[in-house]
Amino acid sequence: MRQPVTRTLLAAGALGFSAVFSGAMAAGHLGPAVTIGMQLEPPMLDPTGGAAAAIDEVVYANIFEGLTRFASDGSIKPALAESWTISDDGLTYTFNLHTGVKYHDGTDFDASDVKFSLDRARADDSTNAQKALFAAIENVEVVDPATVKVMLSEATGNFLFNMAWGDAVIVAPESVESNATEPVGTGPFKFVRWVKGDRVEIEANADYWGEGVEIEGATFKFISDPTAAFAAMMSEDLDAYPVFPAPENLDQFAADPRFEVIVGSTEGETILSTNNKQPPFDDVRVRQAVAHAIDRQAIIDGAMFGYGTPIGTHFAPHNPAYVDLTGQSNHDPEKARALLAEAGYADGFSATLKLPPPSYARRGGEIIAAQLREIGIELEISNLEWAQWLEQVFRGKDYDLTIVSHTEPMDIGIYARDEYYFQYVDDDFKAMIAELNTTADEARRTELMQAAQRKIADDYVNGYLFQLARTGVAKKGLKGLWENAPTQANDLTAVHWE
Amino acid sequence: MLRYTVTRLISLSLSLIAASIIIFFVIEIVPGDPAAFMLGLNAQPDTVAALQRELGLDVGPVERYFRWIFGILQGDFGVSYTYRTPVSELIADRLWVSLPLAIYALTLSTLIAIPTGVIAAALRGRPTDTAIMGVTQLGIAVPNFWLAMLLVLLFSITLRWFSAGGFPGWEEGLWEGLRALTLPAIALALPQASILARVMRSALLDTLSEDFVRTARAKGLSRAQALRRHALRNAMIPVLTIMGLQFSFLLAGAVIVENVFFLPGVARLVFQGITQRDLIVVESVVLILVFAVIVVAFLVDLAYAWVDPRLRHQQ
Repeated sequence: MRQPVTRTLLAAGALGFSAVFSGAMAAGHLGPAVTIGMQLEPPMLDPTGGAAAAIDEVVYANIFEGLTRFASDGSIKPALAESWTISDDGLTYTFNLHTGVKYHDGTDFDASDVKFSLDRARADDSTNAQKALFAAIENVEVVDPATVKVMLSEATGNFLFNMAWGDAVIVAPESVESNATEPVGTGPFKFVRWVKGDRVEIEANADYWGEGVEIEGATFKFISDPTAAFAAMMSEDLDAYPVFPAPENLDQFAADPRFEVIVGSTEGETILSTNNKQPPFDDVRVRQAVAHAIDRQAIIDGAMFGYGTPIGTHFAPHNPAYVDLTGQSNHDPEKARALLAEAGYADGFSATLKLPPPSYARRGGEIIAAQLREIGIELEISNLEWAQWLEQVFRGKDYDLTIVSHTEPMDIGIYARDEYYFQYVDDDFKAMIAELNTTADEARRTELMQAAQRKIADDYVNGYLFQLARTGVAKKGLKGLWENAPTQANDLTAVHWE
Repeated sequence: MLRYTVTRLISLSLSLIAASIIIFFVIEIVPGDPAAFMLGLNAQPDTVAALQRELGLDVGPVERYFRWIFGILQGDFGVSYTYRTPVSELIADRLWVSLPLAIYALTLSTLIAIPTGVIAAALRGRPTDTAIMGVTQLGIAVPNFWLAMLLVLLFSITLRWFSAGGFPGWEEGLWEGLRALTLPAIALALPQASILARVMRSALLDTLSEDFVRTARAKGLSRAQALRRHALRNAMIPVLTIMGLQFSFLLAGAVIVENVFFLPGVARLVFQGITQRDLIVVESVVLILVFAVIVVAFLVDLAYAWVDPRLRHQQ
């Protein structure tokens, strides 16, 4: 899939960035290490070899760095690339790299590592989960140790955005084989150890090339059970739990003077995915009826304890190009019944709703089933494990409805993929995305993104529910954690104690 | 004794072979491709195929079974799909938590149960006996995960004597390790102790009514002496049986308690392995647990022979 674009083209980034070489900082000046709770343990620690969000939640920006990176507001900032120039045809990117950068094992970072990493990610035997990010790359050329040229086969408006993903970090050929268990990157933290099943420890990298961090290190502890997570926060075993698994406990934390609740937004559009080729959902009137039968606020209140922003299309509300289309599918059971009757289902029908494990899906599913029953649609709910869901729903397309949060940033382009599990096929939409991918002009890009949002809302491809909130808990006095999640990460570079 | 041991060893090996076949094929038919699971929603089909080749998933199940079994015979359990480290290392790491936890819990449970059961039997019908019977009934009824939560609430959140869970690792010192395992061990041990105490009591009461005990009393031994010298040893067989079953349960059945205390134990490894479709880990751990259960049963059989000389001389 191609990430159709996006964020304000890095205007800020392109202006250049002067890194402050702070050199080795005496450990004494750093604040005490922090302990961060996470729900899932990463299966391994190499972000270029797996899709699990937990990998990036440990290593992104902390251990590994890419050419560019996401800032907490979603904008793209320079990272290992100090600056860059883009040729007029948009086909050649010349990156000027930081010099004096060393990997944690002492080897030097230079342009050949960039070439190695990008070539590896797009190779035939690559196991990069986001290989499509690199699809447009035709050739990578080392100009000199501090300069690398990337030639694209077609202009890609969001190329710098693609290079900021955790899957596009720059690794070294010397350490690439062992990154899965012993990650070696260029970041401000070094890997210390991984006690499998329990925690990963990292420490401040005294030889970091950029501005140093303000804490001695961090421990990521893996606590999946929500009750256990609550107990671990309450007993102050943890300093922060950035994505707290039980929204029902947040009020209790908010009332406790020791803690602070951090509410932000994610890139997760939570939708009632609909199989557009499966009768009766192949009829747009039926899909529209479903959309009008849904009361979004009731789902947000009931399933998410009030955390979440209603959406009317597949786009993040915090993005400047977002169009609020919730009115187009407002809660209107009367209209929904009329639409169903018009489509020939005056007496309703029954369908299946297959739910993956997250609570937004399991709880939200019960509420949606009740809401659709109001207009005569009986849903048979089946609960699936993720692996089953991937096999049956995502790959097998054997489903009527499902609920899932699409957490990849800027992923409206998935609607242009014929084989995608929504099975939505529309040539006009594909044309919009194709144009978007090759357009660099900001105004035109916004126009196209908005047209694309309207198009899928007009076709009622899926039921658009809400933007997943990021609700975390931290001890008072711990500052600098990401509030929003432009990508799933726990960037600790700005974390400090007050 | 030798013949007894050899027969037990043969049945042990046959059970293992049967178990390995059942485990492998039952787990293999569970839907869900590990490679697709690892690569997530955006993966391209060629990437999934490349990963399948890398993980050795591109051959049929029968071939994979033999690869797995021959590997195990040579001490190689394969490499975890998700962790990319040898399965044997993963399991060994986890056993360093689960095994001490099981032993700790079993020790606590035995230390509590045997004296309690003996006291209850000796004081049959008195208020102490009634009180013990009441408390143990409650102990059996309380689910251990709930007990675990109460312990956390009291000792971690309110009193702050113990951390709410997790395991620092033995390299932090024996004391730190035992401290981290204390609440989980208590949560596991109390329900087990209740069962064991009741078994101890009833087994002892049964033997106390046997002829040989009456003879011993007739010889002039006091009730307490007869109990200690003659009845106790004879009452041990059912108690050993239950202890054997409990040890297997403590090793394999601690899933919920390991989750409540987020301990990196074997049971949680299986749990994670199942959700992440790390089939090879699940298969190997289950096989090892089956092996452990069979070995424990074997040891219990040998212990029977130790407490009951008649079994030793059986032809």
